[in-house]
Amino acid sequence: MAERFDAIVVGAGPAGSAAALTLARKGFSTLLVERGRTPGAKGMFGGRIYAWPLHDLVPDWAKDCPVERFVTRENMAFLAEDASLAVSFDSPKLGQGRASSFTALRAKFDAWLAKKAEEAGATLVTGILVDDLWREDGRVKGVFVAPNDRVASDLVVIAEGATSTLVRRAGLKADLEPREVSVGVKETIELPPETIQERFGLGEKDGAAFIYAGQASMGLRGGGFLYTNKSSISLGLVVSSEDLAQRKIEIQDLQTRFRMHPSVQRLIHGGKVAEYSAHLVPELGAGMMPRIAGDGVLVAGDAAGFLINNGYTFRGVDLAIASGVAAGEAAEAARAAGGMSAANLSAYDRFLRARNVLTDLERFRRAPLYMKNERLFDLYPRMLLEIAERVYTVNGSGKDRLLDIVLEEASSAGVSKLRLLMDLLQGARSM
Amino acid sequence: MTVPGAAPGAQPMRVIVCIKQVPKAQELQVDPVTQTLKRVGVPSEINPPDANALEMALLLKDRHEAEVIVLSMGPTSFDESLERAVAMGADRAVLLTDRILGGSDTVPTAYALSETIAKIGGYDLILCGEETTDASTGHVGPGIAGHLDAPQITYISELQIVDGKVRARRTAEDGTEWWETTLPCLVTVNFGCNTPREPTLTGKIRVKRGGVITHWSCAEVGIDPKKVGLINSPTIVAKVDTVKLPPRSPKVFSGDPKDTVRQLIDALRVDGGILL
Repeated sequence: MAERFDAIVVGAGPAGSAAALTLARKGFSTLLVERGRTPGAKGMFGGRIYAWPLHDLVPDWAKDCPVERFVTRENMAFLAEDASLAVSFDSPKLGQGRASSFTALRAKFDAWLAKKAEEAGATLVTGILVDDLWREDGRVKGVFVAPNDRVASDLVVIAEGATSTLVRRAGLKADLEPREVSVGVKETIELPPETIQERFGLGEKDGAAFIYAGQASMGLRGGGFLYTNKSSISLGLVVSSEDLAQRKIEIQDLQTRFRMHPSVQRLIHGGKVAEYSAHLVPELGAGMMPRIAGDGVLVAGDAAGFLINNGYTFRGVDLAIASGVAAGEAAEAARAAGGMSAANLSAYDRFLRARNVLTDLERFRRAPLYMKNERLFDLYPRMLLEIAERVYTVNGSGKDRLLDIVLEEASSAGVSKLRLLMDLLQGARSM
Repeated sequence: MTVPGAAPGAQPMRVIVCIKQVPKAQELQVDPVTQTLKRVGVPSEINPPDANALEMALLLKDRHEAEVIVLSMGPTSFDESLERAVAMGADRAVLLTDRILGGSDTVPTAYALSETIAKIGGYDLILCGEETTDASTGHVGPGIAGHLDAPQITYISELQIVDGKVRARRTAEDGTEWWETTLPCLVTVNFGCNTPREPTLTGKIRVKRGGVITHWSCAEVGIDPKKVGLINSPTIVAKVDTVKLPPRSPKVFSGDPKDTVRQLIDALRVDGGILL
């Protein structure tokens, strides 16, 4: 006799654990399967989580959630070869309540959220790689690990992450194309908490986030990030895999150059690289989404392409959690409507919209296209830095007005006034 | 392994596999003061030859009607290995766990396990690993057979059940021997004679659902407290010597690779005595 559950969730990352927690609370017998030895062992992300869906799902989350630091200072920096121009925003409001964001380590955070799912009644099994969906008559009936090792269920929630094989095997999506994904790399650099607080001007619980553009990615589409944890710094890049292939650049070389940039080096100096990780990042937003609901199956989190990179915020974990919750709600609605058919599970869309997951993805759908504009990653950051250099250089040889400098730089870079205006407009619209 | 000729409609065989949880072989450390193995804070595993014995039992279960019961003696931290054994496919597990067993050597261990096996009862076959990686005595399997007055075949790599009898290939020093005996009997299994399977999802779910491990104390089994524990163990570890690694003399050559590679080759040739 095969084991049987009402629902099986594949992947105990933020999306999977949120789905299992929601399903278990709604009375579904729920199996949560994770391939890593522990939840989070295989997890990788930049380093920041926007708290809102967590706040809704686990109202007292702040009590024991393994928060590294609450982000109270946002920075955006443009890098040239050895110079940098940064905009910094800080407000204690950034670190408070539902609208807060915090830095985290996946090994701790994922384990914590999976524990919440277990406490709600879900059965967590780790160290098992699900090989395929168990399908009969076009309907999902459970999962296969091996031919003689299968578990039955009415619903399977695929929350396997960006490189999910199950969505492809389920026929919900074709193979990944290079243009659909970026490559993310991250180093975790250890530094004493006091050093981090002193260097970044932070309180004991406060954190800083940095987004880097320009030379960070050597002009390739993409950018860099830095987040402060309690006693380490997450430093990394997300770069278009298409551009990397075209320019024959290895991402680890980019990362080394990024790390050695004087303005970055200043922040991480003396630290010890404790961890290096890499991951694929779904990049085309709503444009690359698979079918997210079928007969007996739902797709959540990165596996569904739920990721937003609009140039100033990278969002993944919050959308993952929100989509996991929506999957649980869709299952409840489908149960009330008589079963886990594709038609009944199509309520998923409605629950995603109620949390603005799809709405936000659609709103920023044009952002990735705009990000295809190479001028944004190469030319404009360079122009910006040259303008800054001229603005701040006083050597007695006479000064120009700012606007004259901007137009002069644009024209010497071969960008017409019209082009500049159009890029600005397109950018403003898509952001 | 081949298991031909199972009688149709026969009672399921009851197979008991004795396992021990040991510190992972790669992580073995000897406490320099007490001269005993460090067991705290070191990752554990099923004693590798015992894993081969378990796999042999599970192969038997794949082809025969068989119930596989895993037995161990030790602290409750051994549940980790018993759970793994059930997740691999064993039906259930028994752990004999009692403070008075602490410090028992192979003599009380064989006695206590044989009493526990007698309490489980109804066994057809007992499998043990040939020895443990943390003590390497190979005493316990034969000791159990002695207490139970059961026939035994040691150091086997293959097992067949033919017409209610056991045939096993025994690894001897100068070749292999085929032995045959009657059931019930005990065999000890060669390390590396098969590849232990990985735990299954179904097995791990069974473990999570609970109820697969039974804990017994000495009193529950009826074990004589005067026959177990450190003071009833005749073996005394007088001294353990650890092999010291030869000292290393690291050198770092920095500068132009053209020069440093040359320096490295010279150093290997002169200091290391390596012919290049």
